[in-house]
Amino acid sequence: MSELALSRRKALDDRVGQLRRMIEIRRTEENIQAMFAAGLVKGSTHTCQGQEAVSVALASVLRPDDVVTCTYRGHGHALALGLTPVEVMGEVLGRSSGSIGGVGGSMHLSNPSVGLLPTFAIVGAGIPVAVGAAIGRRSTGNDAIAVAAFGDGATNIGAFHEALNLAQVWKVPVVFLCENNLYGEYSRIDRTTPFEDLYRRAAAYDMPARAVDGQDVDSLAEELSREVDAARSTSSPRFVEVKTYRFVGHSRSDTAPYRRPGELDEWLKRDPIEILSNRLIAEGVLDAEQVKALDAEVTREVELAVDEVKASPPPPLSAMFANVTAEAGV
Amino acid sequence: MLLRMNQAVALGIRDEMRADPSVVVWGEDVAEAGGVFKATVGLHEEFGDRVRDTPISEMGFLGAAVGAAATGLRPVVEIMFIEFLGVALDQLVTEAALFRYLSGGEISVPLVVRGSAGAGGGFGAQHSQTLERWMVGSPGLKLAVPSSSRTAYGLIRSAIRDDDPVVVLEPRALYGEREDIEPSDADIVPLGKAELVAEGSDVTLIGLGSTVATARAAAESADWSADVIDLLTLQPWDREAVFASVSKTGRLVIVEENPRAGGWGADIAAAVAEELFDDLVAPIVRVTTPDVPVPFAPELEEKFLPRAEEVVAQVNGLVDDKRSIGPWWERETVTV
Repeated sequence: MSELALSRRKALDDRVGQLRRMIEIRRTEENIQAMFAAGLVKGSTHTCQGQEAVSVALASVLRPDDVVTCTYRGHGHALALGLTPVEVMGEVLGRSSGSIGGVGGSMHLSNPSVGLLPTFAIVGAGIPVAVGAAIGRRSTGNDAIAVAAFGDGATNIGAFHEALNLAQVWKVPVVFLCENNLYGEYSRIDRTTPFEDLYRRAAAYDMPARAVDGQDVDSLAEELSREVDAARSTSSPRFVEVKTYRFVGHSRSDTAPYRRPGELDEWLKRDPIEILSNRLIAEGVLDAEQVKALDAEVTREVELAVDEVKASPPPPLSAMFANVTAEAGV
Repeated sequence: MLLRMNQAVALGIRDEMRADPSVVVWGEDVAEAGGVFKATVGLHEEFGDRVRDTPISEMGFLGAAVGAAATGLRPVVEIMFIEFLGVALDQLVTEAALFRYLSGGEISVPLVVRGSAGAGGGFGAQHSQTLERWMVGSPGLKLAVPSSSRTAYGLIRSAIRDDDPVVVLEPRALYGEREDIEPSDADIVPLGKAELVAEGSDVTLIGLGSTVATARAAAESADWSADVIDLLTLQPWDREAVFASVSKTGRLVIVEENPRAGGWGADIAAAVAEELFDDLVAPIVRVTTPDVPVPFAPELEEKFLPRAEEVVAQVNGLVDDKRSIGPWWERETVTV
């Protein structure tokens, strides 16, 4: 599993590979929603269409030994870091092909071999954990960093503030990556938060912070690379607010009727997949036909993954009793 | 050497820190000050930055300890008063305890959370609870409670060595109690094992932490004889030791420093009733605190806590009449 994950990670070194992965994330999320609508998925799912550039840019600038804590809207980050569509969708469906064998579900994906700690279903919980993960990694003598990826809603919970404070007091190399998609669950940011430019919150902790565009993977990767390098070389925290938008509702069948009129249409004009596709065409890296073929190929791969997941068995009864404590074994 | 329990805790941590460079100590005032209850004295001097003062920020530093434990360190975190865990409980029961499961067994969280707990010191309602029930029944967590300097030394060493998150609730009232011991590797107390600290034939008394001494005092003053079990680990508790004793004595009294509702003894009572119904010759009795906040006034606090004479009265009822006499606050007329 980890070799495959590492090779998938390596594929992001190339911009065509980045485009391919963004399309894969989009198609995977669409299939998850379709399977949910078809009654194949129990519980809830939180998909990230529109935010694919954040996942791919982040994964492309991190090393596999860097650690990421991310939220339950984590399918995109997991796929970008190296998990396969089968591992993600298998988990979403509760099948043995899932990343932890189907006992976790949509909100619990994990692969420590590429730095993904189990994704967090509690808002804000992963933020202080990232601080400690950076300390843990550094204690083994390497210069790895940690990234806490979280949404705008998490900046109102205590864990966020305690984590920023601790990271700055202890000078821990963490990048706090706030994906500001303007909505915490069903509530727009202006109803819950005193201002929209969340990077300003870092000033309270005397922490370098900036806001960047989250739709253009090229510029975003450049910005994130700079922040990651700075955290790594100075062994101190940085804060990056990524301005982005989810093209879908918060979860499940939420159609997001609470959006401001016209807001979605404006953001759809800045689809991260289109931005990179058009640029690669303009630069002559790919032509329009090749982009179309790439899309068709990835779409087909994800459909095959769907078939594989649907055919894979549910976890055995023993999975329920495994991995509870060290004594319980595997 | 004559060691107070807080000194024994510090020695146990010191010995593990000497043996394993991945052990670190974080908490409020644990470094230069040596801890508010002096249970980390000397560690900062010997181990430098491996012992760090944190902000008053339990969610932050406990969360960071979870992340550090998941990536190679063995953090020992002090929660000054166990009530302070409330603001950070998510990190313990929902994150640390579940990481192994939610990583498919790939991640261990060798984290120790030490907290001072219990009444008897006049700290009032918000600094005197034991709160085991916040953690009992949380899959993935282990929970131990020492009753003496020797067991405090032995349990903290086991807890640090364990690959799962372990909570050690240190009875604050016992920090100043002295015991003459020469702590060494031989004194490591395994998790999950109870100790039989007195032997008898008429009744089994189970104590935990501060109530072990209560149970022993009761047994020493009565004309019946008792097995006294020091449970030491509450999760997982030692079913073998409890069942072996109760099947011999036929009577069980559980002495708990916690409210009656939701107290840990209820779980043990239920298990014994299920497993040993035919061996019991009298009802199982729990001596607990009443379901009220911990009172401050010394006279009330003393009455509130489980007392040896109450244990004696309860066992007398079982031996003489095969019945429970009911808790003291129901027998005595208390007008509100």
